[in-house]
Amino acid sequence: MKNMKDIPLTIKETQEGLLKKKFSATELVDTYLGKINEEKDLNAYITVCDDEAYKKAGEVDKLIANDSLALSENFPLFGATIGHKDLFLTKGIRTTAASKVLESYVPAYSATAVARMEKAGGIILGKTNCDAWAHGASGENSDFGPTKNPWNKKFVPGGSSSGSAVSVAAGLSLIATGTDTGGSIRQPANFCGVVGLKPTYGAVSRYGIIAMASSLDSVGNFGKSVDDVETVFNVTKGEDGRDSTVKNAEFVKPKAKIKIGIPKEYFVEGVDKEVAESVIRASKVFEKAGIELTEISLPHTKYAISVYYIVQPAEVSSNLGRYDGIRYGNPRADFGAEAKRRIMLGTYVLSAGYYDAFYLKAQKVRSKLIGDFEAVFETVDAILAPVSPTPAFKLGEKASDPLKMYLADIFTAPANLAGIPGLSIPSGFNEEGLPLGFQLLGPRFSEPVLFELGKLYEKEIDYKAILPNL
Amino acid sequence: MVKLTKEDVLHVAKLAKLDLVEAEVERFTPQLSNVINHFSELSEVDTVDTEPTSQTTGLENVYREDKVTVEGSLSAEEAISGSDKIHNGYFKVKAILEGRTDK
Repeated sequence: MKNMKDIPLTIKETQEGLLKKKFSATELVDTYLGKINEEKDLNAYITVCDDEAYKKAGEVDKLIANDSLALSENFPLFGATIGHKDLFLTKGIRTTAASKVLESYVPAYSATAVARMEKAGGIILGKTNCDAWAHGASGENSDFGPTKNPWNKKFVPGGSSSGSAVSVAAGLSLIATGTDTGGSIRQPANFCGVVGLKPTYGAVSRYGIIAMASSLDSVGNFGKSVDDVETVFNVTKGEDGRDSTVKNAEFVKPKAKIKIGIPKEYFVEGVDKEVAESVIRASKVFEKAGIELTEISLPHTKYAISVYYIVQPAEVSSNLGRYDGIRYGNPRADFGAEAKRRIMLGTYVLSAGYYDAFYLKAQKVRSKLIGDFEAVFETVDAILAPVSPTPAFKLGEKASDPLKMYLADIFTAPANLAGIPGLSIPSGFNEEGLPLGFQLLGPRFSEPVLFELGKLYEKEIDYKAILPNL
Repeated sequence: MVKLTKEDVLHVAKLAKLDLVEAEVERFTPQLSNVINHFSELSEVDTVDTEPTSQTTGLENVYREDKVTVEGSLSAEEAISGSDKIHNGYFKVKAILEGRTDK
């Protein structure tokens, strides 16, 4: 069964199919690896690991044969095929961060998220492409070549978790992992028409994930439904004793009556008309389902890019300081242009004479941005907003102008600066056939509220995931 | 208006241990100036009474027991597995001390 005609699009469908013996995990792996190979020109994967995939599939098939009772309780991801962003360390499998610096690096241990998903029965297929070191909003900064949007290959898939979003959107894996430092899960999910979760900072361990900006990095995932993204979150979340920022927090439960705020600062000049309209349409869906809507204000939103592009490169310059080419990896000359720019930008804002004017100032305005959210969450349970000012843009369109590319993070970076969760949900297509969508933001550790709202939306519009015609 | 000079860029590159080629200096100088100029908008925000934020967890002093565990450690072999410049189980690096010249 090299080419299953209808691949399952959710974890539930996959597991039902396996339990009913419609297909085996090994056959699933055959099909997915075949598709990855067929769609090589999307450039979604840097490394494909057939051996590990078949080995794990064999284990899953054995599990099913032995005792299929309570399988999904003990192994919530059994049979789910995974693409891991190539920032996640995978023991024995090359991990590059999409950079030439690490082109032959093979980690001696796995990230907590990777280990937990494997233990839960997930099947790794390979390592997905991304902007090198997760620096970018288009996927074009990969030293292994740009990834293409599966809905139209002339367009970018978004970034930095470009290959993960494309892998799920094009059916090259059922689920995928990503990191979101300034929008790197929510924006590519939005550009590719899949669901993407950026968890609360400190909800999921960053252990074994190549660090970008340590006060902002958040470890999340992609799927074709809110249900699937929630399942993966529940597998990966919680303390592991290896990341001191993670806590087993008390999560915020959805109230009987939920109130959503719509921030007026997210509907300003420069926001694409179809993007704005699609978010308003989504708000009507919620309203019809009995959710109360209200206009809110997040007055410091416009400063988010300046704050983010000071704090983030500062932390980047520190984190990339460890790459000296001695213990592993290649020399610093192998950093690509964007990594060099960010290292220098960060070094500049931290250097003597500029620290107070840039870095300290940015940290203070960061407090203001957090204050905006805290004030708003006194009165609303969640925020509904666009993910990006525009749908996917053309390959090459912003590649030569870093500032223009940075400005695309305006609606996603605030959540990282505040450490709050965000859920990116697809809502259809624009006239050009490119995906549209919206994001839901909530207070820290309010993921259950976001999932509840996301599932409500999918139910109301009778959402059915579809695959692009490739 | 901040306008970085080539010397500024070379100075920052030196601090960051990056060896730039001439073409990179040419390219990065206006690009970095452009981004840094964008930051000037922050002066509009009154932050006189605002505390800086360096992290969002609110956690303080998270400790673990000072205990070495097998699962929390790498073997010597694993620890050096990422480099091909190894000698007798050690990383090989360039010499930083030279022979004495005063004797």
